[in-house]
Amino acid sequence: MQSQVPVLSPREEFRHGVGKAVPIMLGYVALAIAYGVLAREAGLTLWETMAMSTFVYAGASQFIATGMFAAAMDPWTIIATTFLVNLRHILMSASLVRYVRKLRFFDLALLGTGITDETFALNSTEYAQRQRHHFFMYGTNLASYLAWNTGSLIGALSGTIVPGLDRLPLDFALPAMFISLLVVQVKDRLLLGTALIAGALSITGAMLVEGNWNIILATILAASIATGWERWKRSGSS
Amino acid sequence: MEKIWVILGMAVVTYIPRMLPLAVLAKVGIPAGFVRWLSFVPVAVLAALLAPELLLENGRPFLTAENYALLAAIPCFAVAAKTRNLLLTVAVGIAAAILLQAL
Repeated sequence: MQSQVPVLSPREEFRHGVGKAVPIMLGYVALAIAYGVLAREAGLTLWETMAMSTFVYAGASQFIATGMFAAAMDPWTIIATTFLVNLRHILMSASLVRYVRKLRFFDLALLGTGITDETFALNSTEYAQRQRHHFFMYGTNLASYLAWNTGSLIGALSGTIVPGLDRLPLDFALPAMFISLLVVQVKDRLLLGTALIAGALSITGAMLVEGNWNIILATILAASIATGWERWKRSGSS
Repeated sequence: MEKIWVILGMAVVTYIPRMLPLAVLAKVGIPAGFVRWLSFVPVAVLAALLAPELLLENGRPFLTAENYALLAAIPCFAVAAKTRNLLLTVAVGIAAAILLQAL
């Protein structure tokens, strides 16, 4: 579905990217405030709390690492756990290649820093609908990154600067966004089947194994089943 | 070890999986079958992230009226299917979550 819209300038693409990232920003600020408060309570300094958001920039793993720091766990265990929790980004990165393959190494390396569950979901949906300049992705990535770091700073300085904000369920912005993007992406029965299988496998995996393995395993299995089924159908009909 | 070094270590192991496929696969080219496989990844990842968040709590089924996330998800699905509008879906979701929390 490539719409015949006039090509936008890089600056406009960037602005569109920022605009589309508003739901991510809402959710990130809310979640990051919670992270900042927790990290300080767990004994991290302001600088350590911010360094994690600035250099690691991966929500789930930051919460997990905060808990591990508080429990004074072995540094290598913390690093290894972080690696496993964030390994799922490898699939998202590979999946985005087809949209950015002509870019310079510098752009690819920089765009890679901004891949999160949420920016990936948004960017892959947008790029599937129409051609985009890579400044769009810079826009979504930068806006999301700044929101995460702003929220972390607010939380780290004090959880009570914004009384009550942490009690509003603004973090539901993220599942709500996932729902919207999923509905937009499920365009046929094969994709619906893929989503149902991935969801069922992910739930089964989450109940059976520790950690975040369920997401990677469910994604790999569901995508493989969908690819195999499609190939089997085609070979049957020809 | 100083915590800051652990954090920088975390940063490195987080960045590599984010960057490596983009940087490498863009240059070497990807087989058509793998491209097709990758095209199922967005839907699969979204469903794999979303399903446990809505249906589980601490690794166990959470299917009671206390599961606000699941209840708030229902209007989200309805609005998303009807309007395909991201912002509207998110607004309805947050409104539903606030309402459920207040009840």
